[in-house]
Amino acid sequence: MDSRVFGVLLTLLFVSSIQASPKIEHWQTENGARVYFVPAPELAMVDITIAFDAGAARDGAKSGLALLTNAMLNEGAAGLNTDQIAIEFEDVGAQFSNSSQRDMAILSLRTLTDKTAFEPALAMFNNVLTKPDFPSESFERIQKQMMIGLQAEKQSPSAISSRAFYGNLYGDHPYGSMPAGTEHSVSQLTLESLKRFYQQYYVANNAVVVLVGALDSAQAKIVAEQLLSGLAEGEEAKPLVPVMPLSQGKTIAIEHPSTQTHIVMGQTGISRGDADYFALYVGNHILGGSGLVSQLSNEVREKRGLSYSVYSYFRPMRALGPYQFALQTRNSQANEALDVMKKTLKDFSVKGPTDEELLAAKQNITGGFALRLDSNSKIAGYLAMIGFYGLPLDYLNTFKSKVNAVSVEQIKEAYSRRVQTDKMITVLVGGKAE
Amino acid sequence: MLSKFKRIIGLLLVVPTVAIANVTEYQLDNGLKLIVKEDHRAPVVVSQVWYKVGSSYEHNGITGISHVLEHMMFKGTENLGPNEFSQIIAANGGRENAFTGRDYTAYFQTLEKDRLEVSFRLEAERMRKLVIDEGELLKEREVVAEERRMRTEDNPHALVREAFNAAAFVNSPYHHPVIGWMSDINNYQASDLRQWYQKWYAPNNATLVIVGDVEPENVHALAQKYFGPLKPEITAQVKPQIEVEQRGKRTINVKAPAELPYMMMGWKVPVVNTVDKEQEWHPYALEMLAGILDGGNSARFSRDLVRGDEIAASVGAGYSLFSRLADMFLVVGTPVKGKSLADLQVAVMAQIKTLQTEVVSDDELKRIKAQVVANAVYERDSVFYQGMQIGMLETIGLDWRLSDDYVKNVQAVTAEQVQTVAQQYFKDKGLTVAELIPLPLDGKQRSVSAGGRHGQ
Repeated sequence: MDSRVFGVLLTLLFVSSIQASPKIEHWQTENGARVYFVPAPELAMVDITIAFDAGAARDGAKSGLALLTNAMLNEGAAGLNTDQIAIEFEDVGAQFSNSSQRDMAILSLRTLTDKTAFEPALAMFNNVLTKPDFPSESFERIQKQMMIGLQAEKQSPSAISSRAFYGNLYGDHPYGSMPAGTEHSVSQLTLESLKRFYQQYYVANNAVVVLVGALDSAQAKIVAEQLLSGLAEGEEAKPLVPVMPLSQGKTIAIEHPSTQTHIVMGQTGISRGDADYFALYVGNHILGGSGLVSQLSNEVREKRGLSYSVYSYFRPMRALGPYQFALQTRNSQANEALDVMKKTLKDFSVKGPTDEELLAAKQNITGGFALRLDSNSKIAGYLAMIGFYGLPLDYLNTFKSKVNAVSVEQIKEAYSRRVQTDKMITVLVGGKAE
Repeated sequence: MLSKFKRIIGLLLVVPTVAIANVTEYQLDNGLKLIVKEDHRAPVVVSQVWYKVGSSYEHNGITGISHVLEHMMFKGTENLGPNEFSQIIAANGGRENAFTGRDYTAYFQTLEKDRLEVSFRLEAERMRKLVIDEGELLKEREVVAEERRMRTEDNPHALVREAFNAAAFVNSPYHHPVIGWMSDINNYQASDLRQWYQKWYAPNNATLVIVGDVEPENVHALAQKYFGPLKPEITAQVKPQIEVEQRGKRTINVKAPAELPYMMMGWKVPVVNTVDKEQEWHPYALEMLAGILDGGNSARFSRDLVRGDEIAASVGAGYSLFSRLADMFLVVGTPVKGKSLADLQVAVMAQIKTLQTEVVSDDELKRIKAQVVANAVYERDSVFYQGMQIGMLETIGLDWRLSDDYVKNVQAVTAEQVQTVAQQYFKDKGLTVAELIPLPLDGKQRSVSAGGRHGQ
């Protein structure tokens, strides 16, 4: 086939598929991993993400374990050392990355589909995934680097506030500790514990594989099999213990030699797939989720000039994620800014939005829906979320209509049931008012 | 297995401009330049207005004024109330923002493709009809002061960077920070802003960049309709402000509350804009040199300083070949525990010495080139980034086609050329070093109170 005609053909296919939402193909590999695939033929590249239920929520008493395990995978595999692995990827322009948050531990690869790049990159990805060697010299080095990272946190008021917020919000729940661990917990980690963690959680039944790029279905199936070949079937991670609601609010003030006070306020929010998701998402969009036009931005920044950045968001997670509010302001204004933020939330949870505000929010969210899916990397992000949290495959197709169906009453009702404005964890990190 | 795709990728790599660029360029009678790049992958469009003004156009006393003017551009025009611009964009499903740099100020919206007209109507309005209200300015000065506290005052690395630039650049306007000095921020007057706006915001000082699922002729007609009637301005001639020759190494200390030491090293180097014809490969050789040191996990800094000798907890090299004025090649880093900033500097200098005395291997050169070629494909996954490249190049006085030539120019760099630039520019006389000396943080929990307000 003439390559120009081929290109045009691919364009047509792609455009017709994205005008609505991308059609997601879903299947399982032979060893049980769930695969989610969207073809994107226009650019000769592929984005691959493998997400394991192996984030910090699985740390147990060994805080930092999930992160260090994840960071070790490309340090040695199939007898190759860190340099050799990096060379293998970078020689063909492939980008390998790994990361680990509370729910997900991720390995990803972006590579050209040209055979001379794709095949070696895929083979090395498989090695890193299935044959990590956990070399002890790398372990010691990364452990030291994590300690330095923890030191660096102490010079960042926003990092300090985040740690205090999660700790106080979740207490003993696995979400209460930070993925980076503590100096004590990281110093106690051992190579043996990392290997056990890997063996338990980096298994096919605990994995979601995402492919977006210039492959067809048949090729994607072969790629997924090759990618996970040799990975043990294993078992899916057990459900997380539920998050207990806060019995009372708490305010934590931490002294820091900064000119601003960083304020983080919030409580437990929602989980992925939550029945109240759309009412709360649209409600918060109006309250603090729509940038410069949100109520919070209007009250705190536009009317009073108190903060450069002020926002609120729900972070839906496997268990109840946080509902979080944040701003930064100079120390002498901290109380005033906090009062404005609290009052704005309180007014909203009592009165709800106006009809006009709700209409504007719907126009914003639905009118810009295509923007959420305008690149391969964004589509890959949605697939990982849909797959990992078991959302329906038509999640993107029904998103707009579910947003449009939300009413003022539903928002008010959901806020009154789910958001207790008198039980907030409030963290203030900063200097004394001058 | 993937052989049928090979033909396409081969085509992309050999002749990228012809195969993929798909760019159409127009100039309106009033001087506005319009560049349209088609990308039909998704039904969206990004619209960016780039003005040739930024902190490097400013003089002492009004530093940061380009940035605060960017904020004021959302605060009302003859026909729009404060924040109404953002409300209209939001109601149309758009995302918007703006950014100010040393050499540019840019405004953008991303929208579904049939809403482009909304962007043009509003951007044309604020290109010539901004209203600077005294009360709005006073509030916005406070917002910008908070922004500066957040970004700089309470961030030890940012404090070092600011002091470093101020020490390295004497008379080049890269001396002062984009956000401006606090004293200047606190003293902008409405008249300062009005003058600055009058001076630079005009169609003949702007470039309109559109990337997305659009037809160039339609975009051109739409631009004619909204921007066509705007009057051009006699814009000021910027003075060259060529940095004086540095005649010796400069070393400064910054003491700030911090846990970890940190350092920046910078050598004065040319950029594409400042080299003569016979030296036009120098910036690309410097780009390659940056890649040899820090182009991925296999590069020399990671291999030798983070792993290998385990001197650096983190270390990076940075060079940007596209700027309006001559710039620096930077190395920044933090030593591991038990090593000092001096140890890290010695190790960095040894790496430089190696580049000066030994040609880099073919393998390394090929690896960096492979990454550059691949990145050129990856970058096209973002319509926004494609617009950025075009707008930035045009605004600093270069041709947008340079972004397509970039791959070719980097591929042409030889090992000997890398050695030549290492020898020519990495000399002590053009070096500035800034060190962060941590002061104690003494962070402690002040109080915890259940239910109530925070105590003291």
